[in-house]
Amino acid sequence: MKELLKLYILFAKMGSVCFGGGYAMLPILERELVQNRGWCTKEELIDYYAIGQCTPGVIAVNTSTFIGHKLKGIPGGIAATLGFVTPSVIIISVLATILEYATSLPVVGYAFSGIRICVCVLIVSATVNLWKSAIKDKLGVGIFIVVFVLSALLGISPIIVVVLSGALGYAVSRARESDKK
Amino acid sequence: MIYIRLLYEFFKVGLFAIGGGLATLPFLQNLSVKYPEWFSMEQLMNMVAVSESTPGPMGVNMATYVGFTTGKVLGGICATLGLITPSVIIIIIVASIFEKFKNSKTVERVFYGIRPASMGLIAAAGFLVIKEALLNIPLFMENRMITDLFRLKSVIFFVILYIAYTKFKKHPIFYIALSAAAGIIIRF
Repeated sequence: MKELLKLYILFAKMGSVCFGGGYAMLPILERELVQNRGWCTKEELIDYYAIGQCTPGVIAVNTSTFIGHKLKGIPGGIAATLGFVTPSVIIISVLATILEYATSLPVVGYAFSGIRICVCVLIVSATVNLWKSAIKDKLGVGIFIVVFVLSALLGISPIIVVVLSGALGYAVSRARESDKK
Repeated sequence: MIYIRLLYEFFKVGLFAIGGGLATLPFLQNLSVKYPEWFSMEQLMNMVAVSESTPGPMGVNMATYVGFTTGKVLGGICATLGLITPSVIIIIIVASIFEKFKNSKTVERVFYGIRPASMGLIAAAGFLVIKEALLNIPLFMENRMITDLFRLKSVIFFVILYIAYTKFKKHPIFYIALSAAAGIIIRF
């Protein structure tokens, strides 16, 4: 029990200093888990992170569960994950309460009119940065365009998109492999 | 019951949003269409900015924020628990078949299709956000003048900010603060 609490607190600590999740999280995990504690090796950490990327859900959450599970089994996975999200829940709840009242002030409204443009920049540049690693051939470009149109213009549910594209990817790469044989 | 609904909706987001960061955004846009009384598209954009500027993973911050807006503190907790539950279940299963999973052909094949689709979803979410922030479609529809289509000040600021962001690569929070100041001065 004490060990689980320790795990919970350590991950809460990491969750509270980790901005933006994703790649920002790796150096922090490496320092705390590999260098300071020796709980796993750097290679293991990178493996977990890679799996976190290709399983559903938030990458940072997946990686936390993985490490917690490795250290203390299922309860460990749960404790690490709950720890990691606790600071988010507290910080966002406090901020949301403040902002709920603040957005009625004109000055805050104007500030957010600028911030929304910045959000556009962040989203566009995230898309551009991801392009190389996600889209490798013509089929990828095709899927991208079809999904973009279906989602932006027709508002089709993203769940349907994910399921269908996964099935398509499976079918196409399987067919290609049997062609080679 | 709002809390159960939040748990259920965010469980689905956690199960299908793949790729981290902004991957949850298209799902949340979809939720705001499905439940217009929960939160508006404009609120969602403010949430993106706040989530980028606070510690913790984007997806978790967004879930807490949406949950909080919809059902206060307990709502935030339910949305977050909903989001992380599929992760915990899936990872625990994957961890026990780790070696098999790592070298699995099936996983590789499925992701061959999902990766570009996930990009398409994020780009579409970006398009909707840009449509709101940079274009003035009602005015364009009224006058049919192409010059009315763009919110000029916003477009110029967008271009400058984009160039600065890709060139200097400072943390997003820096550009968010800068844009807040610009918004107060220029009033987009």
